[in-house]
Parts: sequence; structure tokens; C-alpha cells
Amino acid sequence: MSDKLRYPLTEHAADQLHAKSGRPFDAITEQAVQDEALSIADLQINAETLRAQAEIARRAGYSQLGANLARAAELTLVPDREILRMYELLRPGRASYEALMELASHLEHTYDAHESAALVREAAGVYKMRGVAQASS
Amino acid sequence: MTQHSRRFKILQERDINRETFVEPWPEAGLTVTDSPFDPLPSLRVVDGQVVELDGRQRSDFDILDLFIADHALDLSVAEEAMALPALHIARMLADINVPRTEVLRIVGGCTPAKLVEIIRHMNVLEMMVGLAKMRVRRVPANQAHVTNKREHPALLAADAAEAALRGFAEIETTVGVARFAPFNALAILVGSQTGRGGVLTQCSVEEALGLQLAMKGLTTYAETLSVYGTERSFIDGDDTPWSKAFLAAAYASRGVKVRFTSGTGSEALMGHSEGRSMLYLEARCLLVVRGAGSQGVQNGSISCIALPESLPGGVRAVLAENLLAAMLGLEVASGNDALASHSAIRKTAKLMLQFIPGTDFIFSGYSAIPKADNLFGGGNFDAEDFDDYNVLQRDMQVDGGTRSITEDEALAIRREAARTIQVIYEELGFPSISDEEVEAAVVAHASTDMPVRDVVADLAAAESFLASDKTILTVVEALSRRGFTKTARNILEMGRQRVAGDYLQPAAIFDQQFHVQSGINAPNDYGGPGTGYRLDGERWQEVQGLHQVQSPRDFIADRIGVPVAQLAELGVAQRGSSGEVIVAVGPAFGTELTQTIGGLPHEDVLAAILTGIAREGLTARVVKVYHSSDLAAISHAGSEISGSGIAVGLQSRGTTIIQRRGLARLNNLELFPQSPSLTLETYEAIGRNAALYAKGEPTTPVPIRVDNWARLRLIVKTTLLHRRETEQIRDQPPTELYFDWEPDV
Repeated sequence: MSDKLRYPLTEHAADQLHAKSGRPFDAITEQAVQDEALSIADLQINAETLRAQAEIARRAGYSQLGANLARAAELTLVPDREILRMYELLRPGRASYEALMELASHLEHTYDAHESAALVREAAGVYKMRGVAQASS
Repeated sequence: MTQHSRRFKILQERDINRETFVEPWPEAGLTVTDSPFDPLPSLRVVDGQVVELDGRQRSDFDILDLFIADHALDLSVAEEAMALPALHIARMLADINVPRTEVLRIVGGCTPAKLVEIIRHMNVLEMMVGLAKMRVRRVPANQAHVTNKREHPALLAADAAEAALRGFAEIETTVGVARFAPFNALAILVGSQTGRGGVLTQCSVEEALGLQLAMKGLTTYAETLSVYGTERSFIDGDDTPWSKAFLAAAYASRGVKVRFTSGTGSEALMGHSEGRSMLYLEARCLLVVRGAGSQGVQNGSISCIALPESLPGGVRAVLAENLLAAMLGLEVASGNDALASHSAIRKTAKLMLQFIPGTDFIFSGYSAIPKADNLFGGGNFDAEDFDDYNVLQRDMQVDGGTRSITEDEALAIRREAARTIQVIYEELGFPSISDEEVEAAVVAHASTDMPVRDVVADLAAAESFLASDKTILTVVEALSRRGFTKTARNILEMGRQRVAGDYLQPAAIFDQQFHVQSGINAPNDYGGPGTGYRLDGERWQEVQGLHQVQSPRDFIADRIGVPVAQLAELGVAQRGSSGEVIVAVGPAFGTELTQTIGGLPHEDVLAAILTGIAREGLTARVVKVYHSSDLAAISHAGSEISGSGIAVGLQSRGTTIIQRRGLARLNNLELFPQSPSLTLETYEAIGRNAALYAKGEPTTPVPIRVDNWARLRLIVKTTLLHRRETEQIRDQPPTELYFDWEPDV
């Protein structure tokens, strides 16, 4: 098993971890906070690490958690404001079937978020069938 | 005339009778585990797709059925699992020879109705064994609630620091006014990382706001992603399984640990139970939680706890839902976070079902503050129960996830946390926290002990903090610059851990060195006696070390004084003539011990007895019995040499007997076992009665005061006093004592 999949990553793969900003894990230090004006992206998880955690979960038998962390990896690319908007659209009665299908395509094409798109597409179908979607305009 | 029983009146006034008890009513959802409308288990899979689930055809599936069918079930094992009798799976849970992993594998293929059917075969004891085995993490832990009515930042920080020091692995806060959220989240982050690095924190608020707080680095986990067991209640909760699954991924994408919330009774309360039993609906919830990819769940009826408790088997059902979650491989934060009873007996008994087996978080919110300050509504246990809870851990050698701290430790950590938040407010330009407020927070029990702040100014500052680009990095930088190094490092480390994501795995917590413990690297390996986590070693020493514990070695020091000067040994006691009473004392009397357990000097006790005898015109001799410390033996020896046959036996701790020669050893004329309640007046009355017996006159027994609690309070002291008396036993006949004293008669 590669170090990248040896849990916990902080103990076995710290030298291979990077924040979302690209800053190496080992370079997130008190000194750096003082000297280099870190941004919050230096404290954010990146897609690669989430995919590693997803694989760790799957191998330990937690397949649904693994799938969630894989979707999370995709969503790291979606900006804060937009991720809140997407969640809002998925709540009952907020969006039509078409709008949800459009959201799925957007996830796929803009963020390469295939797993998340599949979840949204599935929701669109279910919402339509069960009357949870907003009536199409 | 209608008669009334005085006993029933007393019973009616007991705390337990402030509660509501009703008969089951399945149509209203008021039944815990057995509704006639619960479906029978069934599962049919065609070409890899579930086409029938618990008696319902796919075309009739509601949103929960669809989500469960397509996300929650492990179809590779479903056929095997559904073919196994539920009784067989129930026995696997209680069988120490079946490992957790094997149960997890089989349960992965069980439908909601099948899960409930398994539980129906299990009693509470078997479920507790099952829970001890199925808990995700090897070592149980605990979560605290820290809030206060005035939303005072210094008090929040101080209470969070104290809770962290007391051992809680997670701390949750919430808000009275939603706009306080960023400040409350900040205060408990700062407080917890001052108290003990590595404590996970969260602020329970509306989802969008919750995500915003997480994005600023102010929180590390989210718990209140609620799910419900029927379609209508789910929609009324303004979500669907898909929106919750998306939200879970959104949180995880920001490095936030996610735990869903469910619990029996919520659907009935919301009017959409569909006539199903609470546990069947909870089983559906739990499969949605699993399907959505949450690592865990907060369940155990949560805020609805009084509803299952109003029904027969309600507390058992709440244990059952904890067990179901653990069987599905979910981290369980097992409730106990709402007031479960007016009765201290009932609330504690309820707790035992989670406390004894141990869960990933025994409370999903132990109220580390007084009830009145708990904005969640109050926990089953609160700050006033800290000592009780720590004693329960010590009594049963059970790890409940907390530790006892001293008052000095509490004051020091509270001061440090309050000063730290004070500096942050100063550095970040928030409305200042005065030294007076800091000092008030150090000693406060409740927010009523705190000065009132300008709420309008605080809210305005909180809003602009939320809107600004200030994050925990701003906080770390400020603390670091001002020399608050420990807290700065711990907060930064929480941020670094977010980059690594190790705590996103099941049941993850950190120890104080920020070593993660989760179901991946520290899975529960309980398999019966001699296996799994045992409370031993350093942690057991810690649990034993209550702040109230004393050394027994110097426990009776105050009963050992200078030997009584008026007493001198004369030689072997001889049988006397009639008209006398013998006072026979124990081997340590007046020498190795000089006071009774009640603090009466031995010479005063002796003088009182002799006065009583003298007042009846009789004489007395004092003898010391050396061959036994047993009161029956002492008084027996006294009666043997007494001219009248009457003796008063007196142990050094003060326990007394009036004995007559010829009575069976364990029989007596009068016994005074409650030495702590005996006064000098009583001892004089004992002397008088002994004299009356000696004269053969009719005698009314000496009245004594009964203190039911004396034995409970004083048994250790009694044991040690008796041990010291026993140490003086010598193989020597009774010795006559000279008592240099004249009766004042």
C-alpha cells in the first residue's frame, strides 16, 4: 500500500500532503503564519487528499462513506457561495426537474464532478416521480 | 367518604409522577417497537436493482425506499442476510465468538424491517453486549454542550476550557440569536484549544450559516444534519435524502467531519408516523444516514426522548436505535442530551444503557453548564452532576470519557481561556471584554454571575466578522504575536488537521497530542472477557483520582490523642461481689484511641456511665478486655466478673451494650449500635439502666436517636477505628483499671 493510503495520513504521508492552495502540509507552521500572510486556502483540504481518504474508507469496508468523500473531492473545486446555492436547489420544491438536470450538467462540465452530477440527476428523477420537484415552468 | 392513603399521597408527590405515561396507540405512531402496521421484511433484487423492499413494490417506493434501495444496502450480501433468521442474527450480536466485522457484513444486507425484527428478539442486557461489541471506536468518548443564555464570550470560552480539561473529546455550542454564531463558535474553539488541544468543536445553526463558519475554520464538525423516517416528515424538515447527501459531501469538501441526527419519536411528533413503530422509522433513518455516506449519527431519540419514555419499552427502544446504528457501522453519539426525567433515579438508570457498554460518544451533549444556560434545552446530566458522573465511572470501572479536576485547575484554565478570548477581541477590534468580565467568568457557575454586555454592539461586530475575510488564521496570528503560544498552536493544528482529513473517518477523535483515533486505526476489537478496551493503567488511575479522595491512612488521626491520664492498669480483674456493675472497655480504650467516632473524649464517656451508675447508688469497676475487640466478647467478659452479673460493654469507637451474665453471647439487655448518635446524656442513661438491671428493678430501655445515614457516612471511619482496636488484642485476661475520677452525685 502506498504511503498515500496509509492511515493516518498525518503520520505516514505528511510529506506528500498539500493544502488546497498547494502549500505543503509541513509548511503550515506558526512561523509561516507570522511571516507569510497565509490564506484560508492554506488550511483547506484538497481533492487528492479527499480521494485518498475515500479509498481508505472503502478499503476498511465503509463504502458509502468512501462514495461521500469521493463526491467531496469533486466539490472542493466548487466555490463556497455556489456550493450553498446547489444545496439549496436540491431542497424540496426549490427547483424543477429541468433545473436539476441542468445543475447536474453544470457539475459535470464545469467541475468534472461526475459522481456529484449522478447524485443530482438521480434526485431529479426521484423528485419528479414523487412530486418533490417544483412544477416545470 | 372517599379514602386516601397517606402513602399514595407521598408517592404522588415524587418526581417520577411529574411524568406522563400512556398506553400505546399505533395509529398515532405511539408505539416503540411493534406496530401492527409495520411491514414484514422482504427484499427482491432483479438484475442488480431492488424491486421489492419490505413488502413494497418499486413502483410504490417513496423517497426513503428509493434512497435506501439504491444507496444503503449491500446487495452482494443481501440474499444471504435476508435468508438468515432474525433470531440467528440477534444471537450473533450477543455471541462473543462472532466478531464485529462478521456482524457488519451480514447487517449490510438487511432491510429496515429485518433490522427491527432482529431487535425484537433481544432484551436490554443482550443489546448492551451487542453495543459494546459493535461500537466503532475501541475507546468510548464523550461530547459536551457549552452555551449560555447571555451568549457571553468570556463565559463560553471559560466553560469550553473547563469542559476540555474535564476530558470531553467534542464540544458543541449553539445560539439563542443566530447572528451570535461566529462569536460563539470562536469562543468555544478558543476555550477548548486552551483547555486541551485536539477537542473537536461545532456550532449548531442553520446549514448555510454552519457551512460559512466551517469555511472560516471556526468549526471542525457538523452534527445536526437531521433525517426523518417518513417521506412527509422528511419533506417537512425541508430536505430530502439527496439534499442531505449533497450537504454531507459539501461539508466534507471543506474538511468538516459530518454526523447526521435522527431519533425515535420525531415522526410521530411531526404528525407523519404513518402508523409505523418508532423503531421501524428509525431503522429507515439509519439506512438513509448510511446511504448518504455520513460516518456517523447522533441518535437515541435526542430531543424527543420524553415521547418514547411515555410508552412501554421506550428506554429499551432508545438503546435499540443506538445498537442499530452501530450495527450499520455508524459512529454513534448516543443521545442523553435532553432532560430524560424529573427523577434522578430514572435519568441515571436510562443513562446506564449507554454508559455501561460504552458508545463512541456516550452523550451527544453532556451539559457542561447549568440547565438554565443550556440553549439546547438541557442535558440528561449537567454541570451540577459532574461529581456524580465521575463517581459512577470510578464505581463501575467504566470509562465514561471524563475526569475529575480540582478547583484550582478549574480556576486556572478558566482564567487562561477568558484572558485569551479577551486578547482576541482586543486584537480583532471586537467590543472589548473587561478585566471584570474575565474575573467573573473565572468563578462563574452560570451566566447570571456575569456582567451584562452590549448585545447590539456584539451582534454588529459578529456580523461584520462573518462578512469579513478574517479567519482562524487572523486569530492564530494575533495570539501568537501576543504570546498566547499554546492556544495559537492548538488552533493552528486544528487547521492543519483539516488539510489532512484523517478525522473525516468513522468515529474519529484526537488525543491531546493530536493523534487521531478512529474506526480505521483504532477499531473496536471487543470479543468478550479479556479482549477489547479495558479501563486500566493510567486512565484507570485517573478515573480513581477524584478530587474528593483522601488517604485512609490518616483518616482517624483526630480520634487518636494523648492517652487518658486518669486511667491506670491495676492488674488482673477478679470476680466481684454483688451490688456492682462492670464497665468493660475495648483494648484500645483511652490509649491507642482516645475519642469515640462521634468525637467524645473517652474519659467523658466513662465518667457519664459511672455517674449514671452512681446515681442509682451502686458502685462500678472498670476493666479493659484485651483478648477481643468484639463487643459481644467484651461485654460477655465483663458480665463474667461482675458481682451483679451486669456489665456495660464499651468499644473505643463508642458502641455500647448492656449485658447480663448467662445470656447467649449474641443476646443482650440493650444494644446501642449507632455510636455516632450517642451523647454523654445517653451514656449516663445507659449507666443508670445498667444499675437498675443490677438491682433487679423494672427498667425502660434507653431511647436512642436513629440516624439512617450514619453508617453510610461513617463506615470507613468505623472500619479503621475497629482495625486499630483489633491491633491491640493480646492474649491476656481482663485487667482492672483505676479511673482517677469522683462522681459528682
